[in-house]
Amino acid sequence: MNFNWFRKEKTDYPDFYLAYLEGFKKKPKSNIEETRFVAFDTETTGFDRKEDRVLSIGAVSFVGKSIPVSNSFELYIHQDIFKSETVKIHGIRKNSGYKKVTEMEAIQAFLDYIKNSVLIAHHAGFDKNMINEMLRRNGLGKLKNKFIDTGVLFKKSKHKIYEDTLQKHYSLDDLCKELNVLKVDRHTASGDALITAMIFLKILARLDKQKHLKWGYLLHG
Amino acid sequence: MKNSIAERVCDFLKTYPPFDLITFEKLLEIAEQTVIVYLEKGDTLFKADQPANEYFYMVRAGAISLFHTENNTKELVTINDTGDIFGLRPLIARENYKLTATANEETIIYALPIKNFQSATKTNDKVYKYLITAFATNAYDSYTTEENNEIFKDYLPSTHLDVVNFQTANYTKTPVTCPVQSTLQEAASLMCQHKIGCIIVVDDTKKPVGIITNSDIKNKIATGKFPITTLVTNIMNSPVITAKKDLTVADGQLKMIKNSIGHLCITKDGTINSRLVGVLTHHDVLVTLGNTPSVILKEIKRAKRTKKLRIARLKANTLLKSYLEQNIPLTHIINVISEINDAVTIQAIEIALKKMPTPPPVAFSWLALGSQGRREQLLFTDQDNALIFDDVPEDQYEATQAYFLQLAKYVTKSLNKIGFEYCEADMMANNPEWCKSISEWKTQFQSWILSPDNKAILLSSIFLDYSNIYGDESLVDSLSETIFEALENSALFYKFLGSEAIKSPSPLGIFKQFVVEQNGEQKDLFNIKSRGLMPLIDAARLLVLSNQIKNVNNTYERFEKMAEIDANNKELYESCSYAFKALSKFKTKQGLLHHNSGKFIKLETLSKEEKLKLKRCFKPIHDIQETLKLRFDLKNFI
Repeated sequence: MNFNWFRKEKTDYPDFYLAYLEGFKKKPKSNIEETRFVAFDTETTGFDRKEDRVLSIGAVSFVGKSIPVSNSFELYIHQDIFKSETVKIHGIRKNSGYKKVTEMEAIQAFLDYIKNSVLIAHHAGFDKNMINEMLRRNGLGKLKNKFIDTGVLFKKSKHKIYEDTLQKHYSLDDLCKELNVLKVDRHTASGDALITAMIFLKILARLDKQKHLKWGYLLHG
Repeated sequence: MKNSIAERVCDFLKTYPPFDLITFEKLLEIAEQTVIVYLEKGDTLFKADQPANEYFYMVRAGAISLFHTENNTKELVTINDTGDIFGLRPLIARENYKLTATANEETIIYALPIKNFQSATKTNDKVYKYLITAFATNAYDSYTTEENNEIFKDYLPSTHLDVVNFQTANYTKTPVTCPVQSTLQEAASLMCQHKIGCIIVVDDTKKPVGIITNSDIKNKIATGKFPITTLVTNIMNSPVITAKKDLTVADGQLKMIKNSIGHLCITKDGTINSRLVGVLTHHDVLVTLGNTPSVILKEIKRAKRTKKLRIARLKANTLLKSYLEQNIPLTHIINVISEINDAVTIQAIEIALKKMPTPPPVAFSWLALGSQGRREQLLFTDQDNALIFDDVPEDQYEATQAYFLQLAKYVTKSLNKIGFEYCEADMMANNPEWCKSISEWKTQFQSWILSPDNKAILLSSIFLDYSNIYGDESLVDSLSETIFEALENSALFYKFLGSEAIKSPSPLGIFKQFVVEQNGEQKDLFNIKSRGLMPLIDAARLLVLSNQIKNVNNTYERFEKMAEIDANNKELYESCSYAFKALSKFKTKQGLLHHNSGKFIKLETLSKEEKLKLKRCFKPIHDIQETLKLRFDLKNFI
């Protein structure tokens, strides 16, 4: 795949982005127990990839089954675009008291945090697009990380015979109910990130250890 | 950076002791360093003999079982539910774990960093006191003490939430000392002269440099390692552990546990570099605490009058309250309280016997029935008792019965004064029906068992839970034999007992709602006794009787016994035993809160966690009822 002439010269990138790219040159851990996962969630002004903006990013990271609270990630981004109708979901007002950073600062902090970890999100496609769009606006390339979508993984984890009983679409709330995950701090980015991490660990525990605990099975396109 | 997750961890922590005693800011310092751990059923968090982790733990959701392993047998010590803390050993002592912690189901726990916890709470006595208690509870009570039947061990005095814990420790202000130049013989003479077990070695400026105790003399002199002419400095323990004058009882105790010592030197500024002003011994701590089971027990045994008994028994209620507040395992609480109740009854009988003009004409046995008979009585409840006397020639029967009726009258009256209400149904030993000769009793039980009807079942379910409190145990044994013989021929009796046990169906309705009382004064209240405890008590009784198990009276012990002999249903029986303990604790807490029996629970006063805990107990009830239905073929039996 030699489409090199389409690529921007790497030297244009800021140092932190180069460092981020550098991380993917290392051979990833093949062992799931030793892999660093980052579960994350974004709160946005809406669902339009082009028009809407990311207001906050929350994430937790873990290796194995332990999630250190000290290593959780939470930041709020200053945006000019503001939609009052979504405030009631995420609760982030235009002039709320949180310390806010610029998009570029947010990107730097986020990439420093995720490094080459495997990312987990619920309906990962949306969060991935929103972040990628933010990267593009700031003249950077797309996320390079492997992705796991808890929505897709949950459906896959159900045995074939239950296929007809599966819903087309599972919201985070649905999965909390199905898997008995406590809903605390729902609709804040870091609260949802923690819930997503719990959901992932619970699905993982339910999977057939011999058959399914393989990267090909877990990863989402 | 803002950390919402840490704040939510705080929100949870602060609803449980001891975190409710810590300010939010301090709590946040702990929460920020907390690790959230997910465990699958069967995952092990730590193992006995493993070196201590840097964390202690709290259950966020699910349940963790603590096991004690000895000679390859695994024994369940306790199950920790939401909000319970465990793995406290590294907080108190630098030792390896003694228990193994395994997830009983899918569980989420908070691993709390010891370092941050200690720095956030170092000036908070209450927190420490809670922790030593919680630690002492899991460390000793559950298996060591119960196994050895030494439940009145005095090394657990911290298990009282009394103000005394915050009192300044009452230490000995004139400690016996000897100078560093003394010989051991001189020191020992001083100890003899003052009748004490330890002596402090001080230098010229009265600073403590060492301590010699009886055991040092035993270990180092009596064994011939040193001559009695040796200098005290050769055999003393040095340096000494010191403390300040304003030391609280709780602190003093903590220091002793931490250093595994029995004496603290009190010095002017609290360090070894200042003058010795006193000695705090473990004994001093115990005396200050006072309200220990053994102290109460002694008081009961010394009581010459009912009034004194009443005072002692009331103290036990304070003790009970503090035990519950501190989440001490119910098995330990039950043992302590029933031991105290038995002692009270025995002493009441002793007092009554002194009032009688003559000694008893024949041997007799005083039986406790119902909850006291099962040794599960925690709060004051009605007295249910009975009396068996040895057979006498027919012409003496009436006079003999009259004697024991009079005795029983004294006893029941004094028990009533102490706080045990008279039984409404008059099931007491001063009723001629329940004060009979051994032969009469045998006939009585045979008739209940061999031709059961509803009334017989009602009575026998109370009378079958009997235990001998006072008198000749051989009378009770011979009664038991007759009962078990009769039982062999009565499948019908089991069916009656079985239908009694499944009478109240699982306390959860179809919508997973609690089934509450439909009418009457208790409308909309949940009856924890009839819906939760009775089905378990009835089931346990039926199971042990049908398996010919004798002398196991506690409902939870009955289930544990069943788990032993019927391995296929081990898990069910264990969960029944657990449910029984949890429900009893609930009932007792409610009872103490509302100053009643705790039978009826107002659901809206319960927190969500409490409701969850309650619900968890109902599954085993449902399961055991289904098992009974099958085993005793109760489907078509009305």
